Amino acid sequence: MGADFSLRNRFERGLAAPICLTWELTYACNLACTHCLSSSGRRDPMELSTKEAKDLIDEIAAMQIFYINIGGGEPMIRRDFFELIEHAVRQKVGVKFSTNGTRIDEEAAERLAAIDYLDIQISIDGADAATSDRIRGAGSYDQARRAMDNLKAANFGQFKISVVMTRESIEQLDEFEALAASYGAELRLTRLRPSGRGVDVWESLHPTREQNRRLYQWLLDRPNVLTGDSFFHLSALGDPLEGLNLCGAGRVVCLIDPVGEVYACPFVIHDEFKAGNVRDAGFADVWTTSNLFQSLREPGNPGACGSCGSYDACRGGCMAAKFFTGLELTDPDPECVFGHGEAVLEKKRLTIRPTPSPDHSKRVPVAITSR
Amino acid sequence: MVQSAVRVFDSSAPWKLSGQVSLRDEAFGALAYHHGTRRLVFLKSRELVALVRNLEEFESADEAIDAVVVPAQHQRYVEALSSLFSSEILSGR
Repeated sequence: MGADFSLRNRFERGLAAPICLTWELTYACNLACTHCLSSSGRRDPMELSTKEAKDLIDEIAAMQIFYINIGGGEPMIRRDFFELIEHAVRQKVGVKFSTNGTRIDEEAAERLAAIDYLDIQISIDGADAATSDRIRGAGSYDQARRAMDNLKAANFGQFKISVVMTRESIEQLDEFEALAASYGAELRLTRLRPSGRGVDVWESLHPTREQNRRLYQWLLDRPNVLTGDSFFHLSALGDPLEGLNLCGAGRVVCLIDPVGEVYACPFVIHDEFKAGNVRDAGFADVWTTSNLFQSLREPGNPGACGSCGSYDACRGGCMAAKFFTGLELTDPDPECVFGHGEAVLEKKRLTIRPTPSPDHSKRVPVAITSR
Repeated sequence: MVQSAVRVFDSSAPWKLSGQVSLRDEAFGALAYHHGTRRLVFLKSRELVALVRNLEEFESADEAIDAVVVPAQHQRYVEALSSLFSSEILSGR
């Protein structure tokens, strides 16, 4: 089915509550992936307490938010992880959580399999240990595979294998598809953003234009591969990809971080995109009254993209990708399929780029396998 | 996979909103989320939302439609319900 532009226009003006609410439960993580979009590692001592987290879940239920995307950090590190997700599903708030899988042993797999309305996304960054571990650290691929084995043995049902598309992983699309099929799992591919620590690796790891063209065709042929609306900038190549094909930041999407800060989307953890904190007057108040969100719901200025015949298809692309590469929000996406973004980036090569804030990376350098 | 027989929406039968579905009002109508299929469906008019919410009060979908819209629009709403039926938003009772 083609994109429904009238409905998309409504979405761009915002909804009563988000469709897609991401909640990073903790900044603590036992891995140190080079592209971590939340610069995770150390737990923030101001993290929401169990009581605060449960109150937030109650508010989410009252707002009729159908499901929440839980991430981190590694969410399973929180001692109250099961208590919180069980509190959510009990109120029919579905939970989708992203994990590196290190904590899914046989016992955890059994417990997860017993919960309704639960989706699990296990992250890998390559279809083999060598490729994946270059991003995620030594041993991480094998641990993720063990988690998948445990979920399968526990009859969890269909879980998702989640992969960020880098210059390397994008060459393994067919292998990922085969791996997912071998588990009866769904495959989920998302875009590499220059957010968090990703800002340091984006330039060397983001897909080339030629790779993006191949990815677009591959996805078009496989509407069942999930993307979380990640690649709408590629819809300028022709028929729209599955999904809403719009930047949902502050309109249909937002992020709550571990200390309750609300950001416009999971990829813009930066003061400039902070809308408020759930600790002040609750989440609904931030969603409906934040000045930032109000302004994001105003009709956007297409800027330089206004004269391009494909603006309706890609809407100028991803706000976060522009911001952290030092582009203006009215510039083309840095990965514009026609190369317009690259041209502007080239001109701005010497400008200072925004630094993601806050940074919870571990202070001690983590050993990362050499390339 | 074995192809099951094509199921057709029968507007003369009684229907209701599936117990697996949550409905949330929005300015354009409503969002429906099916917790089983994890699919999001858009109801693009307030009349359609009212119709879906009240289906259970009537002996048939046809009666429910007639209570909300003029006869000239009847077929359009049968089609809308039929589409919701194929997304498993409606269930028989």
